[in-house]
Amino acid sequence: MTSVTDKKGRFGIYGGQYVAETLMPALIELDLAREQAKTDPTFQARLAELLKTYVGRPSPLYLAGRLTEAFCGARIYLKREDLNHTGAHKVNNTIGQALLAERLGKRRLMAETGAGQHGVATATAAALLGMECVVYMGETDIHRQAPNVKRMELLGAKVISVSSGTRTLKDAMSEALRAWVAEVDTTFYVIGSVAGPHPYPTMVRDFQRIIGDETRAQILDAEGRLPSMIIACVGGGSNAAGIFYPFLGDAGVKLVGVEAAGLGMATGQHAASIGAGKVGILHGSKSYVLQDDDGQILNAHSISAGLDYPGVGPEHALWADSKLVEYCSITDAEALAAFYDLTRLEGILPAMESAHAVAEARKRAPLLGPDGVIVINLSGRGDKDIETALAHGGGPAGGYP
Amino acid sequence: MNRITQKFDELRQAGRKGLVGYLTAGDPDPGASEKNIRTAIENGLDVLELGVPFSDPTADGPTIQAASHRALRAGMTLGKSLELVRRLRRDTAAPIVLFGYANPFFRRGYARAAEEAAAAGADGLLVVDLPFEEKDELCPHLDRNGLFFIPLVAPTTSAARATKLLARAQGFVYYIMVRGVTGARERLAADLAAQVGLLRRCATLPIAVGFGIQRGEQARAAAQVADAVVVGSALVEAAQKGTLATLVRELRRALG
Repeated sequence: MTSVTDKKGRFGIYGGQYVAETLMPALIELDLAREQAKTDPTFQARLAELLKTYVGRPSPLYLAGRLTEAFCGARIYLKREDLNHTGAHKVNNTIGQALLAERLGKRRLMAETGAGQHGVATATAAALLGMECVVYMGETDIHRQAPNVKRMELLGAKVISVSSGTRTLKDAMSEALRAWVAEVDTTFYVIGSVAGPHPYPTMVRDFQRIIGDETRAQILDAEGRLPSMIIACVGGGSNAAGIFYPFLGDAGVKLVGVEAAGLGMATGQHAASIGAGKVGILHGSKSYVLQDDDGQILNAHSISAGLDYPGVGPEHALWADSKLVEYCSITDAEALAAFYDLTRLEGILPAMESAHAVAEARKRAPLLGPDGVIVINLSGRGDKDIETALAHGGGPAGGYP
Repeated sequence: MNRITQKFDELRQAGRKGLVGYLTAGDPDPGASEKNIRTAIENGLDVLELGVPFSDPTADGPTIQAASHRALRAGMTLGKSLELVRRLRRDTAAPIVLFGYANPFFRRGYARAAEEAAAAGADGLLVVDLPFEEKDELCPHLDRNGLFFIPLVAPTTSAARATKLLARAQGFVYYIMVRGVTGARERLAADLAAQVGLLRRCATLPIAVGFGIQRGEQARAAAQVADAVVVGSALVEAAQKGTLATLVRELRRALG
């Protein structure tokens, strides 16, 4: 039932290693190191210890009572990845990759970032292990996620502003790949999502599956049953892959991935690669990509910098085709409304990315009814989004009990 | 016989080194681009690498990134690049290698793209982000149409891997002499002679070296060890400045 990765890192027709020859030896070396680390008890023990005592895992599974009441249906649980050290799920992966970098003798990390969460998490791992860190970030995102830029700099990372193309995540990743070609001997590229060339999609999913593994144990403990539905936002798709993966074989558990519909699917101003993209090759892998008929990549749009990307991880493409996961989309306006729902009803400021998943839960809860149980992957906290929320009007004056 | 093989045979018999030149199709607009390409060929280019513009050229430095974006803004597409090949082919025998990224070819359909490229008069494809591990999705279509898949070898490629890469390669080997993206550089790689020497043991095909060469003296130095040199970003810049003919002549003279 779970998707099988062959040695080339294929998920059905998706995935692969579409990179310049200069990078191939580094990818082969990384794949080998990753395989060895998976069965190395010393490596696994160190990772587990850091996730427990440094990141703060397991993250709680919280029954959101007021949200459940307001959404009129299924009981809603939040998987609190926002409570991790650095405030998002990204750190699960960056600690893992930084340990692999150490294993390979590389003392310099580089990363691309959209919302800045992955950049912060990489900078944090670098500080923890005494490594150098460089983060590529689009100029637009540097402005809309300013607090995270300051955090990265405080952590000792160098943030490089990318002013080419869209000035967002897509071009940050292109620029990171370009820089990596020049520095591949000394630098470990920490990709933040289940995207990029093999082994990244598989490796990042493996580091993130802890979210789903914990959720499974926690929901069984709380409810004595598996959830009816798990909802997660999908940009590149790492938090979704992490929470979905351990549940792929469970027929009774509906998995819902939420892409960013931006200003609305009909406007073309969105980031829904599965919803509106075609199969293509971008940033090292084959997957659904927003593109024109000539194969040129289109600009994505989302209020959320972390979802503002015209591609999606290749394993999600396979899950979409095989209907193991249902993918839908939520507009900027709906995400913003859900941002306030969670803020005012639960006192939890969600990341704008995670707010997309909350908005979808609002639609699904009444359909499932009171017997349903929904788990929302609350992938990150929203401190970084305060300016964005305020710029969009500061929320409803009343309306919350 | 494929024009690439023919050209390298001629060069070898004449004891000359080859000049492979890159220009982006449609930069800065389709008309000027065609004129520039003709100028380069008339002034001594042996092989044309015609860049098919792509929105996200992750192996290119600022010069070729900018050229791609100018071309795309002027409405260039893969289809129009092939049109350009067809027009050039009416009056030039120079081998033409399409140089680009996988997605435009994939989107068009590899089978259709290969058929159309051959019909237009192209001789090979060099797809930067289609390494050995992925080439099998394209190569059968090229073979069927008599087109060569030009392999890239990097300084990070081990001898064992190079042997594998070149086992059934055709045309010429493109040796990327630096770790990095395309773009003019002040110095050639210090280990160029040693690296090309190693590569000779794995390759019977002619070896072209590129990435960074911008002047005649650099071309001459590189040609001491290689069979041909590739010049890209410097030609793109010269075309913008109106000094393309001068630069191509300088490079040609330097190569003998």
